[in-house]
Amino acid sequence: MKALALHLALIGALLAVQVVLPPYHYTNVARVMVLAVYAMGYNIAFGYTGLLSLGHALFFAAGMYATGLAVHSAPALLALPLGMLAGAAMALAVGLLALRTAGVAFMIVTLMFAQAGYLTILYYGPVTGGDEGFVLAREARMLAGLDLSADGPRYLTALAIFGVALLANLALVRSGFGRVMVAMRENEERSRMLGYDPFRTKLIALTLSGLYSGTAGAAYALMFGYVGASFAAIQYSILPLLWVLLGGAGTVLGPFFGALLMFYLIDLSSSVTDASNLVVGVALLVLVLFAPKGILGTIRERGARWLP
Amino acid sequence: MAAVLALTAVGLSLVFGVMRVVNVAHGEFFMLGAVAAWFVTSWMPGPPWLGFVATLLLAPLAVAAVAALADRLVLKRLNYDPEATIVATIGLLYILQQAALSLYGPDARPVPAPFELRLQLPWFGYSGYKLFVVAAAGLVLLAVWLIMTRSRIGLVMRATQIDRPTAQAFGIDVDRVYAGVFAMGAGLAAIAAVLIVPIQQAHYLMGGDPLLLSFIVVIIGGLGSLRGTLVAALLIGLSDGVISVFYAPTLAKILATLFVALVLVFRPQGLFGAKA
Repeated sequence: MKALALHLALIGALLAVQVVLPPYHYTNVARVMVLAVYAMGYNIAFGYTGLLSLGHALFFAAGMYATGLAVHSAPALLALPLGMLAGAAMALAVGLLALRTAGVAFMIVTLMFAQAGYLTILYYGPVTGGDEGFVLAREARMLAGLDLSADGPRYLTALAIFGVALLANLALVRSGFGRVMVAMRENEERSRMLGYDPFRTKLIALTLSGLYSGTAGAAYALMFGYVGASFAAIQYSILPLLWVLLGGAGTVLGPFFGALLMFYLIDLSSSVTDASNLVVGVALLVLVLFAPKGILGTIRERGARWLP
Repeated sequence: MAAVLALTAVGLSLVFGVMRVVNVAHGEFFMLGAVAAWFVTSWMPGPPWLGFVATLLLAPLAVAAVAALADRLVLKRLNYDPEATIVATIGLLYILQQAALSLYGPDARPVPAPFELRLQLPWFGYSGYKLFVVAAAGLVLLAVWLIMTRSRIGLVMRATQIDRPTAQAFGIDVDRVYAGVFAMGAGLAAIAAVLIVPIQQAHYLMGGDPLLLSFIVVIIGGLGSLRGTLVAALLIGLSDGVISVFYAPTLAKILATLFVALVLVFRPQGLFGAKA
């Protein structure tokens, strides 16, 4: 009950805050919300199920390109679910192969698949625009009458997607299946002894994770009107890992706060220095060294045990 | 350049074999070696060969020192937990890359070869320096192999690899072995970079390709097996050129990465590795 109220309060706060946000931050927070959906998807695989993937950019890009290419000839209302499904289908396909491995090998296999995906996008340059990507026309970005290139509808759409994703995430981790996912993370052998199928559980978790990532990619394409190969690059597989680690792996709200903090950390530091990669690198090191549980993970440890 | 690839990959394989650490920053150590080579040769007075000899000694030592420092400050504190160290070496990758960009600049800079010599064979000319690279890499690899199999240091390393707690119980300072292995792996990458840098130019982003290729080599050769790594390096170094003659380089890369992923899924011990 307390947890549900907290999450509803966050959604309410994000709804209220748009009245006071200046235009620059208005766009940024919308962006952070979409990226937070991506981070939540990553968290389902990494934080709850213990699958450290280095290839989530593939799922994000699958959603992004499926939607971006489909809006050329179909309404956005149809292209958006297509992108979501593309993310999930890609995750399912990768999972069927990659989940035969575990640990370090799993990381390398996902990394390699994502790299192959990135190169494939470059290879089919005439269709995908290669390195430069392509821009979506304003008319293509009308979602059921909402003009997503305008600030207001964009923020509200982002909030709607974020809100649904957040509550679904909360429901998932509190369900029986969510507990089985955590069991896989904590002790795979013991869960197998108790009669749970590790492969099946992990595959479902990874597919859900791909669904979230694809949703984020599809929404990002529609809301910001740009589809590019850089979103499929290794950088975009590392970033959600960073956000989740910062916010707290295995917490529902962690990905959002991690994405928010990291976004503004890079944003602020870019006015001081152009060494944004340094910020990312140092943040990763500091996190694994001194705060492996992240912000919300630490709060949960220090008293708020009920935090989901 | 199969020889140079073999050097880089053996460094990576050594670190993984002994420490069970996947060093994602390995390519950056390669890049650091090349950059260090540029600094040393441009500051060193005298003929090019003198600067080159100095580089060949100084650059690997400098890079090894950086690696040992990274091991002490970061990896040791993580208890060499495989997943945490991957995240940490990704962080290291970003830091090193950014440091090189800030201190060295975004330009690719050439390093003069120590000598100019063209071997004129009847049917084609061949750069003498390239042959020298192959010979030098071969010598270094031989030295590594001798150290690993014949010397006390190698014995200690292999003992640590096979059973860490037992090695510790026998009075081996495991921490020092790990720091040494990590430094040695990085040093090998730096030697490879110094050798290659008169052919390629030094650039702050040059670490990406050797990293990917060494990964491919190490995986195909079997994780942690030095002999497999060598065979695979020769095979891939030679076939890389052949494949890109017939296909577009991007397509060749796609096929190579997919192939590696599938090898890991279906034959995790590598194509040449013994039983898992």
